[in-house]
Amino acid sequence: MYKQLAKSIREFKKDSIKAPVFITLEVLLECTIPFVIAQLVNQIKAGCEFRVIAMYGIILVAMAGLSLTFGIIGGIASATASSGFARNLRKDIYYKIQTYSFENMDRFSTSSLVTRLTTDVSNVQNAYMMIIRAAIRFPLMLVFAFIMAFVMGGKMAFIFLVVVPILGFGLFLVIRKVMPIFKKVFRKYDALNTSIQENVKGMRVVKSYVREEYEKKKFDGAASDICADFTRAEKILAINNPLMQFCLYTVMVFVLFFGSYTIITSQGMDLDVGQFSALLTYSFQILSSLMMLSMVFVMITMASESASRIIEVLDEDSSLANPLDGQKIVKDGSIDFERVSFKYSETAKKMSLADINLHINSGETIGIIGGTGASKTSLIQLIPRLYDTTEGVVKVGGIDVKDYDLEALRNQVAVVLQKNVLFSGSIKENLRWGNKEATDEEIIEACKLAQADEFIQNFPNGYDTYIEQGGSNVSGGQKQRLCIARALLKKPKVLILDDSTSAVDTKTDAMIRKALREFIPETTKIIIAQRTASVEDADQIIVMDGGSISGIGTHAELLKNNPIYKEVYLSQNKAGEQDEE
Amino acid sequence: MKNNTSNNRKGVMGRLIKTIFEFYPVLLPIVVGCIIFNAIVSAIPAVFMQNIIASVENTWQSGDWKAVSGEITQLVLLLVVCYVLSLIASFTFNRLMAIITQGSLKKFRIKMFNGMQDLPIKYFDTHNHGDIMSYYTNDIDALRQMISQSIPQLMSAGIIVLSVFCIMMYYSIWLTLVVLVGVIFMFIVTKKVGGNSSKYFIRQQMALGEVEGFVEEMMNGQKVIKVFCHEEESKADFDKINNRLFEDSESANKYANTLGPILNNIGNVLYVVVALTGGLLMISKAPNLSISGLAMGISIVVPFLNMTKQFAGNINQVSQQINAVVMGLAGAKRIFELIDEQPEEDHGYVTLVNAREEAGQIVECNERTGMWAWKHPHKDGTVTYERLTGDVRMYDVDFAYEEDKTILHNITLYAEPGQKIAFVGATGAGKTTITNLINRFYDIADGKIRYDGININKIKKEDLRRSLGVVLQETNLFTGTVMDNIRYGKLDATDEECIDAAKLAGADDFITRLPKGYETPLSSNGSNLSQGQRQLLAIARAAVANPPVMILDEATSSIDTRTEVIVQRGMDALMKGRTVFVIAHRLSTVKNSDVIMVLEQGHVVERGNHDQLIAEKGKYYQLYTGAFELE
Repeated sequence: MYKQLAKSIREFKKDSIKAPVFITLEVLLECTIPFVIAQLVNQIKAGCEFRVIAMYGIILVAMAGLSLTFGIIGGIASATASSGFARNLRKDIYYKIQTYSFENMDRFSTSSLVTRLTTDVSNVQNAYMMIIRAAIRFPLMLVFAFIMAFVMGGKMAFIFLVVVPILGFGLFLVIRKVMPIFKKVFRKYDALNTSIQENVKGMRVVKSYVREEYEKKKFDGAASDICADFTRAEKILAINNPLMQFCLYTVMVFVLFFGSYTIITSQGMDLDVGQFSALLTYSFQILSSLMMLSMVFVMITMASESASRIIEVLDEDSSLANPLDGQKIVKDGSIDFERVSFKYSETAKKMSLADINLHINSGETIGIIGGTGASKTSLIQLIPRLYDTTEGVVKVGGIDVKDYDLEALRNQVAVVLQKNVLFSGSIKENLRWGNKEATDEEIIEACKLAQADEFIQNFPNGYDTYIEQGGSNVSGGQKQRLCIARALLKKPKVLILDDSTSAVDTKTDAMIRKALREFIPETTKIIIAQRTASVEDADQIIVMDGGSISGIGTHAELLKNNPIYKEVYLSQNKAGEQDEE
Repeated sequence: MKNNTSNNRKGVMGRLIKTIFEFYPVLLPIVVGCIIFNAIVSAIPAVFMQNIIASVENTWQSGDWKAVSGEITQLVLLLVVCYVLSLIASFTFNRLMAIITQGSLKKFRIKMFNGMQDLPIKYFDTHNHGDIMSYYTNDIDALRQMISQSIPQLMSAGIIVLSVFCIMMYYSIWLTLVVLVGVIFMFIVTKKVGGNSSKYFIRQQMALGEVEGFVEEMMNGQKVIKVFCHEEESKADFDKINNRLFEDSESANKYANTLGPILNNIGNVLYVVVALTGGLLMISKAPNLSISGLAMGISIVVPFLNMTKQFAGNINQVSQQINAVVMGLAGAKRIFELIDEQPEEDHGYVTLVNAREEAGQIVECNERTGMWAWKHPHKDGTVTYERLTGDVRMYDVDFAYEEDKTILHNITLYAEPGQKIAFVGATGAGKTTITNLINRFYDIADGKIRYDGININKIKKEDLRRSLGVVLQETNLFTGTVMDNIRYGKLDATDEECIDAAKLAGADDFITRLPKGYETPLSSNGSNLSQGQRQLLAIARAAVANPPVMILDEATSSIDTRTEVIVQRGMDALMKGRTVFVIAHRLSTVKNSDVIMVLEQGHVVERGNHDQLIAEKGKYYQLYTGAFELE
């Protein structure tokens, strides 16, 4: 599973290797320094000359200098390696998402993708740094200190063989008990934060229904529950420190007592005072590295949850294959549906579209009408191949959409989605999404067609007006018209408007349709609408109901023989007609 | 400026400690006592060690174990006693600390959340929601790190350093001075390197926020990116800010990673220097200056070396906490900011009570009667009851969100019980603002609003709001089942009541078709439902609350016209004899209103019913005939 993540290391492989190598060197020195110091202590004790002491001093300072150098090199390398790894990982995730089809995107919520790109990557970054720094440093230190303890302390070092397993086993038990609690409580913690977010967003609802106290009570319960779990876990973790102290103290007492006994009874033959003090230093190193190791282990286990969430994104392959050497040119705007059935997921029982047959001539204006859930949107999403059909073939310009190069197809089949999104940036920048090279004249022309030019000119900054994130500083109707203009700039062969004028008043709506008819006559125009008024003058109107076509025809025809169309029409017009008389 | 921030930090630290003390007035002192005790006990072994080594030193050449065994055994036993006490203290404070840390976090969370519930709507309108969220996530996390790790470690390390320092002085002032010089040096390095590290960590945090904002916007528009084949541009934009984050993160970690080795090796050099100085002093037989008056010897130098190590180690540990402390204090400061926000004020004293009519008099009662009354206590001590009917009147109301930018001018309106009042006008004309004033999300600047003849400023806000049902264009649902969400309108509603409300709202049809019907769980604001379905649920929620006055702010904007007819029918049945305020974009929704008010830039420009307004041939007529644009 981690192979997938390791691919993102790339140019930071060098640093990733440099870090542990230099840290190894640093640890080597760190472990030999007490050894040399023990020698020095013995020399001092033996009453050596100052020259000897000075020599030892120089050696030691040199060693410290080297250790410092290695430590800094290792530290910097590990910083670069881990930050770089995180950068590549974010990049890989982001790039991967760019390849996703609509179907892939439906599987992940926006907020979950954001979390993966931020929090999860940060967790993995920290764990990675831990691995290249601590995961090598501490075992190494443990082994070295162990060897040195035996070299220096001889038999005395056997105490470690008793104490280390006790500590190791204790830490193991603690981790085993604590990890499941943490995993569970982190999930609860996510849920708590979600509920805070809902509360903040829905504050108007909370206050309108005077549910402040209810919300407080609910939150109190959830927060207390989490607190109880966390406290339980941390109480178990709280054994770690005393356990470590216990082991350290045991070693100290043992070494002090038997050490002095050995020194005196052997008259300094088996052990001397210098070794004695080194032994105490090593005991501290051994136990603390064991302790750090257990903490590293906990951190890595926690990050593994994040890692698997990241891998989920990286492993998700686009469900749409772009053909090699796909057709680049869409001949004309004719569209055919041949026995098309479609469902959103393989497991869905019901087809969203069932056995659709349809022919649309190039340049026609097509209206689509139908209630919520009638699969109007599903139908048009098949044309620019946002989804693949489950059965049957969709053709544009006489060629199966699967045979087109995806980018070419989508550039020539423009869709204005129901869920309109403008991005932060100027109006011009937003419009240029349709065509990077569009001149100012082309932009203005497209906006005139979409009936957007007038209100844009009325903004103090005109086309350079800055659009806030999500287009929050323009009204719904203005947003829709900007989105239409953006699509027009593609100069498409097929233009699909998915309920794109719902917030535009009837008069402007009619003007947009008129402009489209007059200025881009050769483009096929497909208009999904709630209002029958928006489709009345279409060449053909398709009435959708529950995933199939209930009727096709002109306004007059449908009014005569399609009960659904008639009902919709009457519900929108009856009262009005009476009033107008 | 710099002085100011450090003072600020001290203030925040002080308040933080004080607050935790208030949370745990008993446990906290016990923990502090245990930490101090444990720290002192950790420093003491050096003394015993010195004594033991001194004994060994004096006798090892003789090999006579018996001569010193008594003394050594006694010392070791004393040491064991110390250690046992230290273990008890350590165990106690570690466990108590778990309680205090998590408990304090819980209390901070609850304090923030409860405070937040009482804040005025204005706060939420003027603060970024992502920013509010980070109080509960980033800031709390930073605080946890600081309370559970940094503060105890700082305290413990401080005390160990202090007691070790005293013991050092006891043995040898010369060697202590050497250590002191080293410590000052370490301190300077920490300040320099650690300061840089904190600076970049804060920058890293900001860069991360930027990435988050960017990614959120792009992920929201990912389908648009696909439709426009804009993937390459979006990648390039992402690379730019991703690289910025990388740079800050790299610098922050570089400084943090190098601080350890630097301090560690200063410690090593210090160790050597102490050894050299000790050796020199021993060889030169220079007189030792110390509190104890002991002569310089191996029995002093060996424990001294250990103490030096301990000293340096503790300072190293403290330095590792610098980032956590800086970030923790920044988090604490923000948390206190939220807690200190001014809650919504309420000077109302008129309350809503259940009532019954007895012999033509309104009498208060406890059980639900379906009849409500305003209980109005007067200054002279008498109490009058006014029947709740839903009569809302505004007189010459002016209002401004920001001073000098008046949004509403001279609004006067009468809504009699049972009337349907509609507001029509362009975005920004002030339609929603009027409804914000009726339920007192905002307070008027000038004029008067009367509800059943009572000035609404006298009515307790919660009672006022309980009498008003609001359905907004943007629907907010909560995690829970469909049933839970409907029941939000009336917490003690039975399942039947909820289902009836759903039927009334025209929602029953789609709910029963959901996989688990009314028990279908909803998450992330009901993302598995369409916008129209969410609105139907919101209407059902309002219907179950059954309020005498209803405000519908674009409540049916996403419902197709066929369904809207059904909803409308249900609503009309529900609201019979009650007051309804409607804001709608579709004129078909407002057409059958008793009064339609056309707003323009905060002024009422036309009022009347549909027929009157059409006859008037003014703005409404233009709108209706499509000759004028609404947006």
